[in-house]
Amino acid sequence: METFDTLEVDHIIEKYGSDRSFLISMLHDVQAKYRFLPEDVLRYISHKLDIPLINIYRIATFYKSFSLTPKGKHQIRVCLGTACHVRGGQRILDSLERNLGVKTGETTEDEKFTLERVNCVGCCALGPVVVVDKEYHGNMEVSKVEKVIEKYS
Amino acid sequence: MITFTINGIEVQAEKNSSILDTAKFYGIDVPTLCYHEGLSPSGICRLCIVEVTERGKTRIEASCVSPVREGIEVMTHTKRVVEDRKLLVELLLARCPSSKVLQDLAAKLGVERVRFNLRYEDCILCGLCVQMCREQMMAGAIDFVNRSTERTVSTPFSMKSEVCRSCGACMYICPACQLRCDGSEAHDAVCGGCQNIEYPCLALSNEVMCYLDPCAGCFLEKEKEV
Repeated sequence: METFDTLEVDHIIEKYGSDRSFLISMLHDVQAKYRFLPEDVLRYISHKLDIPLINIYRIATFYKSFSLTPKGKHQIRVCLGTACHVRGGQRILDSLERNLGVKTGETTEDEKFTLERVNCVGCCALGPVVVVDKEYHGNMEVSKVEKVIEKYS
Repeated sequence: MITFTINGIEVQAEKNSSILDTAKFYGIDVPTLCYHEGLSPSGICRLCIVEVTERGKTRIEASCVSPVREGIEVMTHTKRVVEDRKLLVELLLARCPSSKVLQDLAAKLGVERVRFNLRYEDCILCGLCVQMCREQMMAGAIDFVNRSTERTVSTPFSMKSEVCRSCGACMYICPACQLRCDGSEAHDAVCGGCQNIEYPCLALSNEVMCYLDPCAGCFLEKEKEV
């Protein structure tokens, strides 16, 4: 008995013509669907594409965009690159940690938010920057943190 | 056939062969660690580095993964290369001081001290076991997982792999888990165990030719003087 919908995974595999060179794209789709890479799905893909499980596991552990543990519905990325760091990015991160009750890299218990720190999002003039999903919040202040969280909860 | 020079000597090699293979064929000793005849070269350990001059530009390349090119000048033992190799061995040794393979390499290359903090890890991440498992045993049970400082060799989900036949080939080829040299606990991590044996020839007789190279006895004498 499978713990996931094999049809959905089959659909992802067929989308790329069952071509094993598209493995990373398939994993991206799986990650988008389940918000992490479930072990059973990886085993299923390994069986379907006839590639050793370790090859998939290697890729899954190498890239930061893949996760083997469930991630929250919204991903909060706090920039701590040089510019944001100088402008107080660490204070924003601390405030988010306190507000969400999680440490950096963890997911809240209701699986709503995952808090991450990144090292530059390419808009240093807006620093300190917090990126939620694909939305950029520039010139962040500690007082704005609660508002941002409320917007997504 | 491609013609180029190694250490000033003109050599010829088949197209698509590596610089290392050519050097080995001509009897030039380039030290290696992650290179094995039965496995495809990976260029991980970087010990086989050589200086390659091509169109007036000189750079360091890992010879096991560099294909031969027409007209290049390869130098295998310039000062820069030798120094770099020694540093590489020093770093590897700091990671895994009890590996006999590494100790032998250090002795061969003349590494006499390790300036880094000793880590006593079990793995130098050379990738030999990974390749052995995949290419010779056709199993593909282990591979590198994670990245940067957290990189290790492991099975999927760190559980016993279903495709592992426990053949032991990974352990056979591992330079770090081979028979440990338990010589004297040298404070600088370079094994001195063999040097503590008294050599009969030296100092006693001037007529005996010393067959040790470098002569360990003379080395000890020098140490005393310093």
